[in-house]
Amino acid sequence: MTQEEVCTQLKEMFGEAVGALSETKGDRFVVVKGEKIVEVCRFLKTTVGLEFDYCQDITAIDWPARKVIEVVYHVYSLVHRHGLVVKVETDRDKPTLATVEGVWKAATWLEREIYDLFGVNFEGHSDLRRILMPDDWVGYPLRKDYQEAGGYHGIGNTRPDPLVQLSKVTDEKRKAFVAAAVAAAAAAAPAAEPAPTAPEGKV
Amino acid sequence: MAIDMELDRHILRRTDAGDEEIVVNFGPQHPSTHGVINFVTQTNGEVIRRSVPDVGYLHRGLEKIGEQVPYPGYMPFTDRIDYLAAMFANEGYAAAIERLLGVEAPPRAKYIRAIAGELCRISNHFISVGTMAQDIGAATPLTHALRERESINDLLEELCGARLTFNYHRIGGVAFDLPVGWGDKVLRFLDHLDSYIQEWDRLITFNEIFVKRLANVGIITREMAINYGLAGPNLRGSGVNWDIRRDMPYGAYPDFEFNIPVGTGRVGTVGDCWDRFFVRVQEMVESSKIVRQALAKLPEGDIQAKVPRKLKPDAGEAVGRVESARGEMLYYAVSDGSEKAYRLRVRTGSFMAMGIVEELSHGIMVADLIAVIASLDVVAPEVDR
Repeated sequence: MTQEEVCTQLKEMFGEAVGALSETKGDRFVVVKGEKIVEVCRFLKTTVGLEFDYCQDITAIDWPARKVIEVVYHVYSLVHRHGLVVKVETDRDKPTLATVEGVWKAATWLEREIYDLFGVNFEGHSDLRRILMPDDWVGYPLRKDYQEAGGYHGIGNTRPDPLVQLSKVTDEKRKAFVAAAVAAAAAAAPAAEPAPTAPEGKV
Repeated sequence: MAIDMELDRHILRRTDAGDEEIVVNFGPQHPSTHGVINFVTQTNGEVIRRSVPDVGYLHRGLEKIGEQVPYPGYMPFTDRIDYLAAMFANEGYAAAIERLLGVEAPPRAKYIRAIAGELCRISNHFISVGTMAQDIGAATPLTHALRERESINDLLEELCGARLTFNYHRIGGVAFDLPVGWGDKVLRFLDHLDSYIQEWDRLITFNEIFVKRLANVGIITREMAINYGLAGPNLRGSGVNWDIRRDMPYGAYPDFEFNIPVGTGRVGTVGDCWDRFFVRVQEMVESSKIVRQALAKLPEGDIQAKVPRKLKPDAGEAVGRVESARGEMLYYAVSDGSEKAYRLRVRTGSFMAMGIVEELSHGIMVADLIAVIASLDVVAPEVDR
């Protein structure tokens, strides 16, 4: 079934809650209202003829200018060999969505990752903990306005520029080398040419 | 990296039945976790009540880095996503950006990609099946596997100058053409490989102790595998006939004939650890077939499409999919029209495979958990990215 046909079926079932298939360059997608996402996903999975049984990916995109976080679902049907990209927008200040864990178990870990890196709260999720970052991490790293806190428990995330360090070292080495050479020359000089220095000392 | 608080509180506790349960941190530094992963395991003697994977130790923010560097500059970073099968990580990224730009690699580049990729798959599967045998307790097969893999590493080093982190693909092509006489070397190696696989089967695959150890252990049913979004050999081991190379063809793959091995429950149940092991062994034979066909049909021509020096794709989004050694690798790139990606997402087979470990761990023996982890062929940097 083509993406247009799937979209038509969705529109018949959910009406206004489902937007039109996008016309952007590249892959096309369909935008669904946030409160309907679980119903839409269950419809996609269970309807005969659609049967999107394989959840390939769930991820998110942060759009600070539009004040939304988009959650993107890439779903596929291994039965009928067709795919669809579904997008949901949620408010950036208080991002909340219902979990689709009940539809595809794959969503458990994928939604945990979004919670961890974007701070989207999935209501009804069985195990909503941070997954990649430590528990006490502050902020959501994949948001566009994320600022590094400058280290974690005394572990810094900056270091001096190695090139500057290197030039310092070579500078010191060169000075030391020159100093040593001068000293050696001074030590060797009286033995080799005692004549010029000795009168000078006396004068 | 987040610790399950319930597990953390009960290091040792008495159950209602009067047994003592203990929480063991299996990892993060443990040879059979295949990288820095921690399995927080609650056991009652030898029997596991549940085991919760605790990942994230190798999180380097590779998706964030993708938003900071220009498109061509991200290629070396993709190597670090999956260091055992870096060709596919390269190829997936190139595929996504090529779709975003609307360019296509020339035929010769596509063939070279297939050759390099399939050699890389053989090398990765040798590590996978070798370490699996090692984890089970058979030490010899790993040394054989490493020896064979070394030959492939030599070949790939000759091709692109690196043994693990190749940085070989370019957006719209590949970096170097095949060296003179390289094809013959590859064919010589493949002749050796085809006979060696039979030796490998005698050595370990059908070894009675090995079969008894793995048959009927860690069974993933077809429905479970699909529901958890498993990918690649893990999915096919459960009897699902699904391979991106055939079902969503990309590159030169439509030109080749090859079989898709699936788990059949030959010595036990469909979807047990042995099925996943055997699928990988069979895939090496199929990869060898593909490389032979590609070398025979290799077209002449350019290896790099005309691509502007500064890449600025129009606003939009594209998905690049490749069948990596660890299953479907999906790159999702969103462009806002600038030189850098607005968002770059990598979906990997290992991440999905880790999600199923907790479900499989209920009520199995500690030693079987090791077999399960080994059979899923997880690589830690791919989980954490």
